Amino acid sequence: MDLLAHLPALQVVVPMLSAPLIVLLQPRGLAWAGATASALVSFAIAVTLTLAVLDGQTLEYAMGGWPAPFGITLSVDALTALMLLIVTGASAIALLAAKPSIDQQIELERQPLFYSAWMLAMSGLVGIVVAADAFNIFVFMEISSLASYILIAGGPDRRALPAVFKYLMMGTIGATFYLIGVGLIYMMTGTLNMADMEARLGDVTDINPVLVAAGFITIGLALKAAVFPLHVWVPNAYTHAPHMVTVFLAACATKVALYVLIRFDYMIFQAALVDHQMQFALFAMPLAILGILVASAVAMFEGNLKRLLASSSIAQIGYILLGASFVSIAGLSASASHLFNHALAKGGLFLAVACLAYQYRDLRLSQLGGASKRMPWTCAAFVVCGLSLIGVPGTAGFISKWLLINAALQSGPWGWALVAIILVSSLMAVVYIWRIVEALYFQPPTEEGDVVAEAPLQLLIITGLVAILNIYFGLFPQVPLELANSAASLLWEGAQ
Amino acid sequence: MNLLELLGYFNYWVFAIILTVGLYAVINKNNLIKKLIGLSIFQSAVFLMYITMDKVEGGTAPIIQEGVEGQIFSNPLPQVLILTAIVVGVSTLALGLALVVRINECYGTIEENEILDAD
Repeated sequence: MDLLAHLPALQVVVPMLSAPLIVLLQPRGLAWAGATASALVSFAIAVTLTLAVLDGQTLEYAMGGWPAPFGITLSVDALTALMLLIVTGASAIALLAAKPSIDQQIELERQPLFYSAWMLAMSGLVGIVVAADAFNIFVFMEISSLASYILIAGGPDRRALPAVFKYLMMGTIGATFYLIGVGLIYMMTGTLNMADMEARLGDVTDINPVLVAAGFITIGLALKAAVFPLHVWVPNAYTHAPHMVTVFLAACATKVALYVLIRFDYMIFQAALVDHQMQFALFAMPLAILGILVASAVAMFEGNLKRLLASSSIAQIGYILLGASFVSIAGLSASASHLFNHALAKGGLFLAVACLAYQYRDLRLSQLGGASKRMPWTCAAFVVCGLSLIGVPGTAGFISKWLLINAALQSGPWGWALVAIILVSSLMAVVYIWRIVEALYFQPPTEEGDVVAEAPLQLLIITGLVAILNIYFGLFPQVPLELANSAASLLWEGAQ
Repeated sequence: MNLLELLGYFNYWVFAIILTVGLYAVINKNNLIKKLIGLSIFQSAVFLMYITMDKVEGGTAPIIQEGVEGQIFSNPLPQVLILTAIVVGVSTLALGLALVVRINECYGTIEENEILDAD
């Protein structure tokens, strides 16, 4: 019981402390084991916290024993728990599978530093999720961003460097915008604690600075979350990063920023600002729809496998934002559930890509012809996760698409148009996944790589496991659904 | 709003101008080092905003001393916050410069258009 009380802090502290310790481990091969152990412990903590908040209560943790308005607090509720599961789960799964792929891409001497950066990125992401203090979110955001710049640039591909430079520019601008917004709110309320902010904003007489703050925070976080049209850093960064880094970051990094955006908007601005619900819907919905359609269309014509999936990620971020922009409890629970299901589907797809990349140097679709003959298990896992991404019944992706369509129908007279958009974009997903399947299964095998065999067993088993999870959570979606529903009702109460 | 009120917001005007100048450099410059300089200017604007808002008229340094009572203090919290933000800015700049060094090693140039042409 006593330990349970400290788990919110340990969730951040365990990966953060393991980061410097991993560098000291000798021999160097142990770095992977250390990082994986730390990620598994974090995942176990996240599961324990989830079980504790499943009944809808909120855990508060006062750092250093200082109570809320003066000290810094961490808080864990259903939405937090869902995000913690995604971040620590993605990190643990990616690390469990990572060793063969990382050994191939990164020299042994640099590996301890690489895993150390991985742990820092993870602890930053986890920190953003549990922090209940607006400025702490900024600091954790920069910890995770700086570490992920290092991770992305750590691979052998030189094109990753300009991609990371662009990410660094846009990421820093996003974080600085967020900082300006927080500063303006602090000016008006004199507090950084998010619960306190919401309470005190009601008494603010001059609302204009708060409006400006809402603009800065929304734009800044949208930059970090890769909301269309602020997504331009994503395709190159995901494409040229080491393959396992793509698995980790694609599954959770942008979603964490989106989580902060939704939380800030619902918990703080909607209650304090007049007509903010409508303003948010009018701002977010067109961007979400454009993102879904444009990014899906780009993915349909993309030739590089990783870049294709990165474009699809931008479209999926659009779905999550679309659910939130309905400003209804059904929309929110669709969003929350899509956060989880998309992490599962896209994580699995990028794991399968890492398997393919282990044997194929060139990931253009034209070079992957007939891969299914040489790597049947990898391709089967890819197809299962691809079906989940499309939203075929029986897979995890179907659950959230179904919820999203239901929420769209309830959202008003325009509901039918929104359903049409979701269906059209799902058809586009069928097209771009089919293009990959066609290359893998129906193209004649390419000349080079006649000896290509399956990926290493470690990589393959984890990929298969994620594929099975995609089906499992499609058939038995109770736990993520329950979390998503209570997260939605929490946000909804916060907005009233 | 009369002239005096406008001048009263002097620091905030400067904040807005520095912010825009920095952003302009980030977007418009082709040289990666110049972009980083722009980013630094952009971030300094925010430092100025935080430092400005903590000033209380007639306020002094927030140090509690024996025998001194009834003093008005400036708010120390934004200064602490911005100290953290400065550290974040320095590390971002350091990482950015390290990236530019690696880009120069790999591509032999730090002009953005030449890098784009190289791939």
